Amino acid sequence: MSASSKSPWIVHYNCNSCNGCDIEFVACLTPMYDVERFGILHVGNPKHADILVVTGSVNHRDVRVLRNVYAQMPEPKVVVALGVCTSSGGIFADCYNIFGDVSKVIPVDVYVPACPPRPEAMIDGIVQALGILERKRAGEVMPSAAKPVLTLRPTAAAEAAPAAAQAAEQGNA
Amino acid sequence: MSKRTIIPFGPQHPVLPEPIQLRLVMEEERVVEALPAVGYIHRGLEKLVEKKDYNQCVFLAERVCGICSFLHSVTYCQGLEEIMSVTIPDRARFLRLIWGEVHRVHSHLLWLGLLADSFGFENVFMHAWRCREMVLDLLERTAGHRVMLGVSCVGGVRRDISDEGLADILRTVDALQKEFDEFVPVVLNDYSIKQRTVGVGKLTKEQAAELGAVGPVARASGIARDFRETGYAAYGEVGFKIVTETAGDCYARMKVRCGEMYECLNMVRRAVAAMPAGAINVPVKGNPTGEVVARLEQPRGEVIYYLKGNGAKNLERMRIRTPTFANLAPLLAMLPGCELADVPVIVLSIDPCISCTER
Repeated sequence: MSASSKSPWIVHYNCNSCNGCDIEFVACLTPMYDVERFGILHVGNPKHADILVVTGSVNHRDVRVLRNVYAQMPEPKVVVALGVCTSSGGIFADCYNIFGDVSKVIPVDVYVPACPPRPEAMIDGIVQALGILERKRAGEVMPSAAKPVLTLRPTAAAEAAPAAAQAAEQGNA
Repeated sequence: MSKRTIIPFGPQHPVLPEPIQLRLVMEEERVVEALPAVGYIHRGLEKLVEKKDYNQCVFLAERVCGICSFLHSVTYCQGLEEIMSVTIPDRARFLRLIWGEVHRVHSHLLWLGLLADSFGFENVFMHAWRCREMVLDLLERTAGHRVMLGVSCVGGVRRDISDEGLADILRTVDALQKEFDEFVPVVLNDYSIKQRTVGVGKLTKEQAAELGAVGPVARASGIARDFRETGYAAYGEVGFKIVTETAGDCYARMKVRCGEMYECLNMVRRAVAAMPAGAINVPVKGNPTGEVVARLEQPRGEVIYYLKGNGAKNLERMRIRTPTFANLAPLLAMLPGCELADVPVIVLSIDPCISCTER
C-alpha cells in the first residue's frame, strides 16, 4: 500500500444537495466517527486531494464547477458519490433543474445510496475507494461503478434499504 | 482611490459546506462591496408539488434542507391543517415541540462548530460536534433516523414516544446541560474567540429592522422578535424566554445562539413534564382547497410557506421564504469595511443555509 491510500485526502463538493448528506459527511470527521484516525483528512484544495466526495444531483450551473474541481485533482483519483440523489436524483428526480446523475458529468467509482447514508456507510464507501485508488495507482483501468438498485422492501441480502425508498413507500401508503 | 480587485469567495470553499459565491470587491485588505452569485443548489422543488400529492410532499418539504428538516415538514403540515381545518391532538403538538426543540439544539451545535472552524478553532469544532452526536443519537432512538426524521404527517405525527423514550429524553437533556455548562462558558470567554468576533460584522438595530433580519441575527441586534411567541404547536402552554443581545456583532449572535440552546433544553423538560396522553394523529380526509401562509420559527429564523390548493390531491402552488434568504441582505450590509480574513466568520455568523434558500 502506498502512502496516499493509507492517508487519503478528501475534497468535498456539494452539487445541488439538500445538506443532509453533507452534514453527515462532516459528522464523519468529528470525534464520534473520527475518520482522521485512519489518516483521512478533509482538505479545501482539490490539488491536494486523492478522493472527491460528491453529494447531490448536479444542476446545470454546478456542472462547470464540478468538472473544474475534478480536473484539478492529480491522478490517480477516485470519486465517491454520497446519497441517492447522485445516482438517480432521488426525491428530486422530477425537478426541472436537475441534471440527475453525477456520472453524466464525471466518472463515479463508488456509490453510497440512502437518503442520507449513515456515517458508517459513508466510511465504508471511502474504504472501498481506497482499494480502487490503489489499483488505479498500479495502472489498472477501473470500470465506473454500477448504479445502486432501488429495493423497496429490505431483504436479508440488502439490509441497508435506502431510507428514501422507505419514506416514499410510507408516503404512498 | 486605490486599485480595486475582485476576489471570488466560493462556490467551492473550505469553510462552506454548500456552494454560494460572493464576489468580494476589495481595496487592499478591506472589503468594499460583496456581490452574491447564487443558483448552485437550485433544484426547483416547489414545482414538484404539481407532480406529487400533498401527503408525499411532507417528505419533499423535509428535504428542503437537511439541517432543519423536521421543522420544514412541520411548517408544511401546519399550513395544510389550517386550510383543511384539522385540529391535531394535544399529544401531537407536544411531540412536535419536543422534536423541534431537539432539532434546534442540533442545528445550533452544528453552527457553533462550523463558526469555530471558520476561524480555525478546531478544538471547539470537534467538541460541539461531539455533543451534537448525543442529540442525533437521541433523535434516532426516538424517531428512527438521525437527520430526516420522517415523523410528520398532515394531521399530527406518525410516531409516538413511549414513557421510557421520554425518560431517555430527560436523561439526554441533563447530560447535554452538563456538557454545555462545561464548554459554553469557555467558548464565550475565550480570548482568541473574542478577538475574532467582538465588533466584527456589526449590524445595528435600525439596519436589522430595515433589511428585514430574522431569527438570531435580528435578536442579536436587539429586536426581540420570535415567532414562537405566537404560541403555535405547544409553545403557548410550555412558554419560553426570548434571548436577545444588543451589540449586533458576531459575538452577540454567538451569545444568542448559546443562550437559546439552554432555553431549548428547558422547554423540552417542561414539555415532557406536561405531556398529555391520547392519540398522536387524526385521520385527514379530502383534498385541500384554499390558500394559506404558514409561519414557524426555525433555528435560523422565521420560515414562511405559502400553500394553495384547488381541491385536487396535488397542490397548485407552494412557495417557501426561508430565513437565510431574509438574512442575506443583512449579511451584505455587514461585509463592507471588514477585512478579507473576517469574511468567513461573518458569513458563518448568520448561519447560512443555502440549500433552503435556493430550494
